[in-house]
Formats: sequence, structure tokens, C-alpha cells
Amino acid sequence: MQRFSAFALIRQALNGQKGWDRQWRDPEPKPAYDAIIVGGGAHGLGTAYYLAREHGIRNVAVLEKGWIGGGNTGRNTTIIRSNYLFDESAALYDHALKLWERMSQDLNYNVMFSQRGVLMLAHNVHDEQVFKRHVHSNRLNGVDNEWLSAAEAKAFCPPLNIAPGMRYPVLGAALQRRAGTARHDAVAWGYARAADALGVDIIQNCEVTGIDRDAAGKVTGVQTSRGAIRTNRLGIVAAGNTSVLMAMAGQRMPLESYPLQALVSEPVKPIVPCVIMSNTIHAYISQSDKGELVIGAGTDAYISYSQRGAMHISAHTLEAICELFPMFRRMRMLRNWGGIVDVTPDRSPIIAKTEVSGLYVNCGWGTGGFKATPGSAHLFAWTLAKDEPHRINAPFNLGRFQSGRLIDEAAAAAVAH
Amino acid sequence: MLLITCPFCGQRPEIEFAYGGEAHIARAADPRATSDEAWTEYLYVRGNARGLHAERWRHIRGCGRFFNALRDTVTDHFVATYKMGEARPDRTEGKQP
Ligand SMILES: Cc1cc2nc3c(=O)[nH]c(=O)nc-3n(C[C@H](O)[C@H](O)[C@H](O)COP(=O)(O)OP(=O)(O)OC[C@H]3O[C@@H](n4cnc5c(N)ncnc54)[C@H](O)[C@@H]3O)c2cc1C
Ligand SMILES: [Zn+2]
Repeated sequence: MQRFSAFALIRQALNGQKGWDRQWRDPEPKPAYDAIIVGGGAHGLGTAYYLAREHGIRNVAVLEKGWIGGGNTGRNTTIIRSNYLFDESAALYDHALKLWERMSQDLNYNVMFSQRGVLMLAHNVHDEQVFKRHVHSNRLNGVDNEWLSAAEAKAFCPPLNIAPGMRYPVLGAALQRRAGTARHDAVAWGYARAADALGVDIIQNCEVTGIDRDAAGKVTGVQTSRGAIRTNRLGIVAAGNTSVLMAMAGQRMPLESYPLQALVSEPVKPIVPCVIMSNTIHAYISQSDKGELVIGAGTDAYISYSQRGAMHISAHTLEAICELFPMFRRMRMLRNWGGIVDVTPDRSPIIAKTEVSGLYVNCGWGTGGFKATPGSAHLFAWTLAKDEPHRINAPFNLGRFQSGRLIDEAAAAAVAH
Repeated sequence: MLLITCPFCGQRPEIEFAYGGEAHIARAADPRATSDEAWTEYLYVRGNARGLHAERWRHIRGCGRFFNALRDTVTDHFVATYKMGEARPDRTEGKQP
């Protein structure tokens, strides 16, 4: 792997930029692998990277039906935070946040991780009480989160309108300073490049169409659009398409897939210094380094695999944004798109072994799994390598839907992010 | 926005309706005799079909009545809507007639 550094940049500049290698190979699938990951999103690519780096399992393929990062990874609004309510979730998301803090160095790839802070606005007494409860619970778990008065919130984020006459007055806000954003494509590419350098085959345009099992039910391989490939360790990391893949091994899942939308505006000079979320009016906004306002909308009401959402959903979000920031009323939107998110009944993910020997699943990240990418990948690689969950992902199993030990983060995940 | 045909009122815009999840999931007749597996299936596990999906809708801002629909979840085409209590129409293709 050609390492990136200031020195390499200068040398290539003098060279007319002609000496750069391709960042990962484009291999033909081999007949068999020690482990196969289905889904070339950042969670899947990261899983392959950690399998190779931490567990020495390098004969690994990532199979992606389209192009890597073309699923929810490349469609998300990149909010990263770890201020979830319950102990299990705080441990999971903060594990990820700690890995984010050194990801660019680990991967030798600038993922533009920016800890600009996430501000969650309180508009009524209920919000205020809920956020304060979150702040206390987070701090007991060693996760930073603090309560700001309206004036303090305005000082942190000057474009905020805290006038009392607003339709949705700002009574205060919860702020996680370590939270922020990252460049989504770079995360997929950085993991792909680093995994490839360790020997992982990244195989694009390769759709998995079947899962092969022996008489005892054990996984023996997959059928794909590029032929059959053998393995006895199969990890499914397919976000909105998880139910479809798991059905290939006869498994029914506690999942529903919904379209979730986002929009970006025309680029403008820096105006939004942090991420601002409002659960009550269901809107959130940040500004990309290119200058676009990045706005997240809600999910459609019904399940769908259409990868686009209804217009009235994004219109509703824009109304909310204009109420909060009247100065954005004349901004024009440049693009909007949808991704298919897989939602569990308790809004917490599943990172687990399954009933089928050799079959593992990492799914249910719903509207908010980008923030968990390195943690999810790290823990799933552990689970695949050791055939047992890590302490942190042990609670995020499939059995909880039968035992009733749900991890109900519906409140923390109320707004799609 | 989708156009949905209420079996009682005819074609109306999507925002008049509320979605009610997968259809034809019956609650156990004898809850105490029902296994944990069956409860899990009833409460949490869903087909999440990529293709034809039978689902409940309610014309909440219209006649207020519940009905079922068969929709293709890839194209969002409604293949059929039918009254509660009627069997799922026997269709295999997803295109609107
Ligand atoms: C609009 C939007 C905004 C979001 N905003 C945020 C946010 O601000 N913060 C946050 O934390 N999260 C957010 N999310 C959620 C986040 O994007 C996801 O949780 C996360 O990216 C999931 O990553 P993944 O790698 O598991 O899935 P994906 O990136 O979707 O990867 C799954 C891959 O599997 C492939 N695949 C599917 N079926 C097959 C098959 N049969 N064979 C081979 N490959 C297959 C797909 O092509 C896809 O590339 C948002 C999502 C959306 C849609
Ligand atoms: Zn009606």
C-alpha cells in the first residue's frame, strides 16, 4: 500500500500526480474463503479490516452487489455521537466514538472526522426533562454530555434563534462536544484500502443470491451473480436488505425496512458551526465542508425497498428547518435522495451469531448506524473470529426479542440520524 | 405521494391514510398456551417482503375505516386493496393492472 503523507503529496505534485497507485485491487472471486462478508458498506468493509488486522484472518472476501459505499454508508448525513440512554448503548456507541477519534491515523486515510459538537434542542418542558435525564445517565457512563441554557446554546451556535416568540422556542439544549461528523465515502474507501492491503478481496458487482448449507444446516458457501463461492463463516452486513438475505438461510428477522431521506442545499459560506438536532419538530441540520447544508428528513410510514422517499416527508422537514432558521427560507435545495434502513422493534442493532452454524448477522442499525461504524465492525469481526460475542455486543443479540431484554432506544433514536 | 384506493371511498392521496403494518398476523387464540417462540413471532418478527406485501391501512382522514392492501415494495405500486376479513388476493406479479 502506498502510504499517504505530506511528503508523498509533495513528491506527487512534482511528478504531475502521475505516480498514484489504485487504492484497492479489483480481484476475481476465488473459489473459497475463510470468511465472507456480504455487504460492502462501511460496516462490512470495516469488519473485513478488523478480521485481518486484529484476528489474522486474511483470506476474506467482501461481496458487494453494487459499488462499495453505495448503500446507506454513502447516503447518510454523517452525524456521529454516543449520548445514548442505556448502559448497553452508551458502551457500544462510545466504543465506536473512541475508534473514530483515531481512525484517520489507523487507516492512514483522512476521513475528515470533525468533533464540532452535536446540539440537541429542547422546545418544551418534556424535552428539557428528557435531555437532562440523558445528560445525567451519559455522565454516569463516562460519556460527555452537558446541559446548556438557551443563552449558552446561542453562544455556542450563533445562528440559533432563541427569541421567546418563536413557534418552537429554544428552552435550552444538550451538547455533546466530542460528537460531530465525518466524510462517509472516505470511511468506506479508507477501510477498503486498508483491508485490501492486508489481503482482503473486495469484490464489487457481485450480488449474493443464495446461501448454501449442508445436511446439518451448516453454512457451506454462497451463490452469487459471479458464481458459487465456498466458506463456512458468513457475515451478513446488508442494512435494508438483511431480511432478504437471511431468508436465503430460512431465517425470519425482527426487522422492517423503510426509506429514509436526506437533502443538501446549494453551497454557501460557513454559517452552521455544529450539528443541530430537534427531535420535537423532527429536523436536523449541519454544514458540510463543501458548504452545503445537510438536512435529514424522516422515514416514510410504510416499508419499502424503493430507495426514494415521498415528497411530503422532505417538505415537512424543510418547513421545520425554516421555522427554526427563518434565514434559510430562500436557500435552494440541490439534491435529495433516499436509503433503505432496517429498523428493529427496540431501535437497537443486532450484532450476533444466529441459529444457523456459520451464519452471523450485523443489522438493525436503522436510521443511525453510521456513528457506530468502527465499533460495529470491530465487534462483529470479534464475533466472527471467536464464534462468540464481545462483552460490549453480547446484549445486542437475537434472543432479546424472546427473553424481553430489549434495549429500547426509541427515545434516543426518535429523530432519524 | 402515493394514490391509494380506499375500498369505500375510492382513490385518495397518501396523506389521508395511516399505515398499519403487515396484514394477516393473527393474535393467538389462547395466549396462555402460546409458546415464547410464537409470541416473539407475533410481536416482533416480520416478513419484510421485497416484492408483494400484504399490509393494513386506515383511511384515517376520510371514512376512518381499516382495509388491507397488496403493494409491491420495490416499485410502491398498489396491486390491490381489499376489505378487512377478505383473503389476500392471489396475485404474483407486482405491476398495477
Ligand atoms: C438518509 C440517511 C441518513 C442517515 N443519517 C445518519 C446519521 O446522520 N448518522 C448515523 O449514525 N447514521 C445515519 N444513517 C444510517 C446509516 O447510514 C446506516 O446505519 C449505516 O450507514 C449502515 O452501514 P452498513 O455498512 O451496515 O450499510 P450499507 O452502507 O447500506 O451497506 C450494505 C451493503 O450491502 C449491499 N447488499 C445488499 N444486498 C446485497 C446482496 N444480496 N449481495 C451483495 N451485497 C448486497 C448493499 O448494496 C450495500 O452496499 C442514515 C441513513 C440514511 C439512509
Ligand atoms: Zn375511505
